[in-house]
Amino acid sequence: MEKPFAITLDVGSSKANKTGSWRTERPVYVDLLPPCSNACPAGEDVRSWLYDAEEGGAGYERAWRTIMEDNPFPAIMGRVCYHPCETACNRGQLDEAVGINSVERFLGDEALREGWSVSVDAPSTGKKVLVVGAGPSGLSAAYHLARRGHAVTILEAGPMAGGMMRFGIPAYRLPREVLDAEVQRILDLGVRLELDAKVTDLDATMAEGGYDAAFLSVGAQVGRRAYIPAGSAAHVLDAVSMLHGLAEGERPLLGRRVAVYGGGNTALDAARTARRLGASEAVVVYRRTRDRMPAHESEVREAEDEGVLFRWLTTIKQVEGGAMTVERMELDDTGFPQPTGEVDELAADSLVLALGQDTDLSLLDAMPDVAVDDGVVQVDGTLMTGRPGVFAGGDMVPGERSVTVGVGHGRHAAEQIDAWLAGRAPRVPADRAVAPYDGLNTWYFADAPRTHRPTLETVRRQSTFDEVVQGLDEDNALYEARRCMSCGTCFQCDNCFGVCPDNAVLKIGRPGEPYLIDLDYCKGCGLCASECPSGAIAMEPEEI
Amino acid sequence: MPVRSQIEGSQAVARAVARCRPQVVAAYPISPQTHIVESLADLVRTGELDPCEYLMVESELGAMSACIGSSAMGSRTYTATASQGLLFMAEALFNASGLGLPIVMTVANRAIGAPINIWNDHSDSMSMRDSGWVQLFASSNQEAVDLHVQAFRLAERLSLPVMVCMDGFVLTHAVEQVDVPEQDEVDAFLPPFTPRQQLDPAQPVSIGAMVGPEAFTEVKYLMHARQMQALDEIPRIAADFEAAFGRPAGGLVRPYRTDDAETVVVALGSQVGTIEVVVDQLRDEGHPVGLLDVTCFRPWPRDEVRRALAGAANVVVLEKAFAVGAGGIVGQNTRLALAGTPTVVHDVVAGLGGRPVTAAAVRGLLDDVLAGRVDPHRLHFLGLRTDLVDGQLRRDAASVPGPHAESMLREAGVIGSGSH
Amino acid sequence: MTVEPKLYQVDTFAVGNRLLDPAQRSEQARADRSNAITSGHRACQGCGEVLGARYVLDAAMRATGGNMVAANATGCLEVFSTPYPETSWQLPWLHSLFGNAPAVASGMAAALRAQGRSDTRVVAQAGDGGTVDIGFGCLSGMFERNDDVLFVCYDNEGYMNTGVQRSGATPPAARTANTKALGPEPGNAFGQGKFVPLIAMAHEIPYVATATVADLRDLEAKVETAMGMSGARYLHVLVPCPLGWGSASEDTIKVARLARETGIFPVFEAERGRITAVSKIRRWQPVEEYLRIQRRYAHLFGEPRRDDIVARIQAQADHNIDRFGLLDDDPGYEQDQE
Ligand SMILES: Cc1cc2nc3c(=O)[nH]c(=O)nc-3n(C[C@H](O)[C@H](O)[C@H](O)COP(=O)(O)OP(=O)(O)OC[C@H]3O[C@@H](n4cnc5c(N)ncnc54)[C@H](O)[C@@H]3O)c2cc1C
Ligand SMILES: Cc1ncc(C[n+]2csc(CCOP(=O)(O)OP(=O)(O)O)c2C)c(N)n1
Ligand code: SF4
Ligand SMILES: [Mg+2]
Repeated sequence: MEKPFAITLDVGSSKANKTGSWRTERPVYVDLLPPCSNACPAGEDVRSWLYDAEEGGAGYERAWRTIMEDNPFPAIMGRVCYHPCETACNRGQLDEAVGINSVERFLGDEALREGWSVSVDAPSTGKKVLVVGAGPSGLSAAYHLARRGHAVTILEAGPMAGGMMRFGIPAYRLPREVLDAEVQRILDLGVRLELDAKVTDLDATMAEGGYDAAFLSVGAQVGRRAYIPAGSAAHVLDAVSMLHGLAEGERPLLGRRVAVYGGGNTALDAARTARRLGASEAVVVYRRTRDRMPAHESEVREAEDEGVLFRWLTTIKQVEGGAMTVERMELDDTGFPQPTGEVDELAADSLVLALGQDTDLSLLDAMPDVAVDDGVVQVDGTLMTGRPGVFAGGDMVPGERSVTVGVGHGRHAAEQIDAWLAGRAPRVPADRAVAPYDGLNTWYFADAPRTHRPTLETVRRQSTFDEVVQGLDEDNALYEARRCMSCGTCFQCDNCFGVCPDNAVLKIGRPGEPYLIDLDYCKGCGLCASECPSGAIAMEPEEI
Repeated sequence: MPVRSQIEGSQAVARAVARCRPQVVAAYPISPQTHIVESLADLVRTGELDPCEYLMVESELGAMSACIGSSAMGSRTYTATASQGLLFMAEALFNASGLGLPIVMTVANRAIGAPINIWNDHSDSMSMRDSGWVQLFASSNQEAVDLHVQAFRLAERLSLPVMVCMDGFVLTHAVEQVDVPEQDEVDAFLPPFTPRQQLDPAQPVSIGAMVGPEAFTEVKYLMHARQMQALDEIPRIAADFEAAFGRPAGGLVRPYRTDDAETVVVALGSQVGTIEVVVDQLRDEGHPVGLLDVTCFRPWPRDEVRRALAGAANVVVLEKAFAVGAGGIVGQNTRLALAGTPTVVHDVVAGLGGRPVTAAAVRGLLDDVLAGRVDPHRLHFLGLRTDLVDGQLRRDAASVPGPHAESMLREAGVIGSGSH
Repeated sequence: MTVEPKLYQVDTFAVGNRLLDPAQRSEQARADRSNAITSGHRACQGCGEVLGARYVLDAAMRATGGNMVAANATGCLEVFSTPYPETSWQLPWLHSLFGNAPAVASGMAAALRAQGRSDTRVVAQAGDGGTVDIGFGCLSGMFERNDDVLFVCYDNEGYMNTGVQRSGATPPAARTANTKALGPEPGNAFGQGKFVPLIAMAHEIPYVATATVADLRDLEAKVETAMGMSGARYLHVLVPCPLGWGSASEDTIKVARLARETGIFPVFEAERGRITAVSKIRRWQPVEEYLRIQRRYAHLFGEPRRDDIVARIQAQADHNIDRFGLLDDDPGYEQDQE
């Protein structure tokens, strides 16, 4: 074609005009820390494994393996974790938090059904590490140490592994076959477990076994007892002993009317257990109000569903056989309960104390360099005690007490022990900014209210130790995973690629680098950043 | 053998156009063009003209715009209009020529309002003389027919639009003997349309770019150059036409008895027939008088005009339009052609709004010119009825006095007192 | 277009979605989309018009297998895309005049018909000025003749190319260069202007639809529907103009979204003069949310606030919601009064 001069032009010739020179700001793909991960005591990369799970099918195993990098107990976690991730989840500000915990459980159960396992891929380091206590913290440490090539031995005082996961948490919340299977997977890595092997003198044990390092995780086994005047006929016991006994097959004699004193999860477990053991009346007596209870709301609700009664703002003054005297309390301006002098009678055949637990630290008696304060072992940022090479975590160190915290300590300590053994500087986790809700463009996320896990019908819950909360079926788990908004990280929705008026976003699809900004043409309008659903693009000033 | 038949000018043109096989006709009715487009609509309906899409557009702007689209799409494209319609497409006219689209259009010449007037003069075409279109003026219906056949060839050869101007009513509605070329003759003369540029999904281009000061002059210069090429191409096509059809038609100018003429009339369109009669009379009476029929007004055949008028002492430009407030239009162009020669040019406006240009009036005018009674420095209006303007001029001169008003009054008196 | 019962994270709201079958993803998600208008054009930062044009034309290119041509009216879209010596178009494209794009397209379609090439399709495009004002006569003619043209109006509610003057599509109270925020009734007058989609419907042409740059999938689906039909079709796309509206360049899509979510701009489809589908408001917002982020309405929120005017605009949005049935619990769009 003979093109007339200037009037008729060759297509696409404007590429010669590099409009990138107009730009004063440039888009940059960021990778922010999602609030779920930020809140996860076990440091799970929640967003990543949800991303894998969203695909369904083969994605599930990838998702599970991602969890396993941080936490060896997906099936347990998916049942007993208090899921601070969900509390932090940005989606909670949109409709309801993503049911992270239920997806985790689905993945954990899927792994057990499918028999997925992990292996030790690191070469043996030749180092021997001692773990004291086979609770979640010790098991987690053992798992991570083993996967890093260390020879691990766990010495456990009790007859079975699991710690409070077995001897505290009732079976209706954590079926034992799940616990057993996930523990077994750790042992399958070559971890040595010695049961009924209480460590009484750590120094001696370490020397004897030739250990290069140790991780202590003896938990808090001793139920705290408050002084309450009690008549001789009074039947008073502590919750951990009761639950422990039960786990070992004992059936405590509680009577028809059971009072539980305390406001934590243990109190609720004790009351719910009492109902299952035949108590027609289980009353939780607590000094403050419901909203001030340390127990988790969901557990309170479940307990109520099962017929557990509550006496708020009440203390126990005296216990007799069949009844106790209680006093009504009042919250003062600071929210602290103050006695009112008004007393009342409460019929109860037994009283279960659930007032917290203390740690038995006698194994450290010979180690004055390990500092103990307020009944717990003091550690530094790497979880190392005053004794080089001796680390500690879980319930025996200061801080929140939960399975998840324990698991997180185990993993963190394992990393530090690994570094310490290799003479490396301890790893300092990179400081990542947390992805704020305001940074998201939530328009793009499909309207999707949360799927709640089905629960066992109440009658069965009042009489059996069958698992109360059921898992999600695959459809629902997939649905739930797909509610994730991928806060602060690209999930390849192509929005940036699509909304750029200058075609300056290149879709290259490289793993980890799905898109590239073509700075030759990007005018810096910021549309890609503002339309990024997950807030994964930041506009940064151009240096001119 | 072509059939000579008694036929209305519009019908003849419509048939000739149909034989040029336009693929798209988009037109909007306006007197005196209507018979042409109605007739084409019939030919499309009956299938005589096929394939052809006839678009009944909503306006002349729509008509020319559709022609632009069609032509850019590579189809041979035709339209016709007149007067107000031509002005209504003004913007698109410049666009079609700027884009170099070989559209052919008939203009059935008619006056422009206000006051609204449906009769013939050349104000419409003349107002668009700088629109970048080639403008060919037909002196007869036969020539109108022949010019259309030539126009398609010219337009497509040079990729520029061509306007064939024929006097409204005088030609369009006149029934006379016309040879309408046969289909095979036209097919032999006019090759199928090969567009210079075209919208084509297989070879996409952007047509109609915005051009700034850095290249606009050059674009316009090239437009001008292309029109200049038409000055070479038009005579060639006319020669080919004559060879093929056995009769002369087209070309740039047609001198009539100009050899040794001392006084030559310059004119466009159908009035040349009348003027020829007067020229013959005067020649018979021994006056060296001639006529120059300008067929191609745009591009302006300056050299050809100059050559034809070279020996004349007096040139009388008789035109059916004028530049209000300035003077003759063809006259100005003629002066340009004669620059540097002693020839005196007289501007005479005639036949506005359908007023007949009679042989007697032309004769009277030429007598006055020959007698030196016509002031070459003034603009003359043939047959101006001073009785109708006098009163108004007097009132105007009184309310807005000044030398120009005085002179208009005098002029009207002079013209009014003369025989023309 | 939500897929039940499974959730697809972003469903069809986002441009792409790795969870969807590639065939179900938007044209804009494809690495091989045609980019009918490519990089290097001179549209302002965040220009909604160029975005809208690429969305529409890429979808049309996909629908026609690239066998199409485009006519373009004068306006920003033309000026920023084809300043000599560079063009950003990557399809056969012709610019003629401001007011004649519909007729140019009619001519193209006629030429294609005459050439027996009706498989090559014609799209014409113009700004709101070129559509609702100066090009309106030609447009109505093209509709009435039912010429085989998809006409796309990129409505940025003003003559942007000439420096933001009022058009017949400029909304009331908006300030433009010739309806400044002066006098007792600042900005464009109430009770004027026209909504051409409804006028297009009155021509009973095969297809009329409105869309915005905020609803890509909807827009693409409409282009596809339109290209699957023949005859005159009209698509009216709301394309915010950061320059003219005084909105932030990164807010272009947000503004369009708010126009829809407030009911200011009804999004619907109609066939042969009857509304066949309406995009429901998903998260209703008061008009103030829409107005506040545009400086062309700044005079409503200055000293003194013009709550009276905001209320009138709200009333118009409410009227749209009612008339077109834009909220979920609405029974539906206004039925024909037959
Ligand atoms: C009734 C109850 C319900 C709970 N529910 C939840 C829940 O739902 N979710 C949650 O996250 N957390 C829950 N917790 C808290 C949680 O169980 C603990 O925080 C967690 O188990 C602490 O883990 P750990 O490994 O530090 O200690 P533990 O789990 O207590 O394990 C310590 C282990 O060390 C062994 N050991 C102790 N001393 C020695 C020694 N000297 N030598 C060798 N072995 C020794 C013990 O036998 C035990 O097996 C609950 C606690 C209780 C009591
Ligand atoms: C006949 C004519 N009148 C006026 C103009 C000047 N003009 C060019 S573009 C334009 C406004 C375009 O407005 P619109 O069609 O809405 O397109 P936008 O630039 O807003 O995208 C005007 C008035 C022109 N080019 N032609
Ligand atoms: S003025 Fe408006 S429509 Fe024109 S290029 Fe700028 S943003 Fe786009
Ligand atoms: Mg506009």
